[in-house]
Amino acid sequence: MNDRPPQAVRAEALEDLLMEKGLLKGSDVDAVIQRYTERVGPMNGARVVARAWVDEDFRARLLEDGAATVAEFDFEGGQTERLVVKANSDEEHHAVVCTLCSCYPWAVLGLPPAWYKDPEYRSRIVREPRLVLAEMGLQLAPEVAIRVWDSSAEVRYLVLPQRPAGTDGWDEAALAGLVSRDSMIGAALARRPEEVA
Amino acid sequence: MHDLGGRQGFGRVDRPANEPVFHARWEAAVFAIMQATAGAGAFLNVDRFRHAIERMEPRAYLTHGYYGRWLGGLETLLIEAGLLTREELAAALQAKGFPAEHGRAARPEAQPDPPGPPPSAAGTRRELERPAKFALENRVRTLAHGRHGHTRLPAYARNRAGRIVARHGGWVFPDTNAHGLGEQPQHLYTVGFRAQELFGPEADAAVEIHLDLFEPYLLEDNT
Repeated sequence: MNDRPPQAVRAEALEDLLMEKGLLKGSDVDAVIQRYTERVGPMNGARVVARAWVDEDFRARLLEDGAATVAEFDFEGGQTERLVVKANSDEEHHAVVCTLCSCYPWAVLGLPPAWYKDPEYRSRIVREPRLVLAEMGLQLAPEVAIRVWDSSAEVRYLVLPQRPAGTDGWDEAALAGLVSRDSMIGAALARRPEEVA
Repeated sequence: MHDLGGRQGFGRVDRPANEPVFHARWEAAVFAIMQATAGAGAFLNVDRFRHAIERMEPRAYLTHGYYGRWLGGLETLLIEAGLLTREELAAALQAKGFPAEHGRAARPEAQPDPPGPPPSAAGTRRELERPAKFALENRVRTLAHGRHGHTRLPAYARNRAGRIVARHGGWVFPDTNAHGLGEQPQHLYTVGFRAQELFGPEADAAVEIHLDLFEPYLLEDNT
């Protein structure tokens, strides 16, 4: 018990207190766990990306109005009021951050990973994105333009990674398997076929 | 402490493989506490919740992790709303064998902001009759100074020249909504800044940073 972070203990004390007051039930916690580990998550965004890779009309609509187009899937996790989708290209790479807190497109990606919300990424990705991405394993040549999107209001951003080579004829489900969460944040490229074989 | 964009001194991004959504049950409990706190009316909008997190003890802000930050904000709001007292929370900690101050990051104010009106509609997008002041490609300059209280203009982008790259219509204004002063919707824009404008001539010439900024943060740039 002594090596648990103090905020864990404090959270549990608050939980006990709110349950005594009838403001919280134990099943509320289980419902949160189930929802965000099983039903709301980046597998949804991956399906959006995969469809954009195979369907030019869908891709165009997605880039024009991300929220309305994603709503065609009717994912659990609610809808985003405004979702802007940015497509990576050979010339331009996009990355998303929320420097002020942790704003993230929950409806398509679920809850953000800790690194996205921690001071290292939040502070450095706007100041030195090429270096930060390289440290994270994504090398971008100096001539590749980098566009960083700081989600400082309620607009949310999703990166549309480039479709990897060697995937001609793949169906959407297989393509979705190449789309990592980090590629939709802009911290990685989509996986290549040889990486998932 | 929350305004971290561009701040120097932090190290490498630590990105474990296969990180679970919740590292421990207590994190999910904090999430559920957030829902319960909102349901009990201790905060009526997300701007107030964010500001409560921003008001937490700054050293804890940097070290307690994401759900530790939520906890700091939620404890603040629950006490300010009168839904629990410090004494009750102290007793709950002591029942677990810990001192009352264990892990405390909340800083409730003796005279908190008024709760403000409930949201006028679902979501935060609001139709505005008055036209947007700026058009696409207009050059703008951001306000030079921060202000006391909640705002969504980060310090790294203050007093900087950029261009309008997108317009998003009217949205609830966080600066007022966080303090119980009402929604007072404002036009919202995406503004693009060259990295060298934000961080000086040593910054990467091939980088552009975009922020979503409310009209009151922006002035015409005639330079």
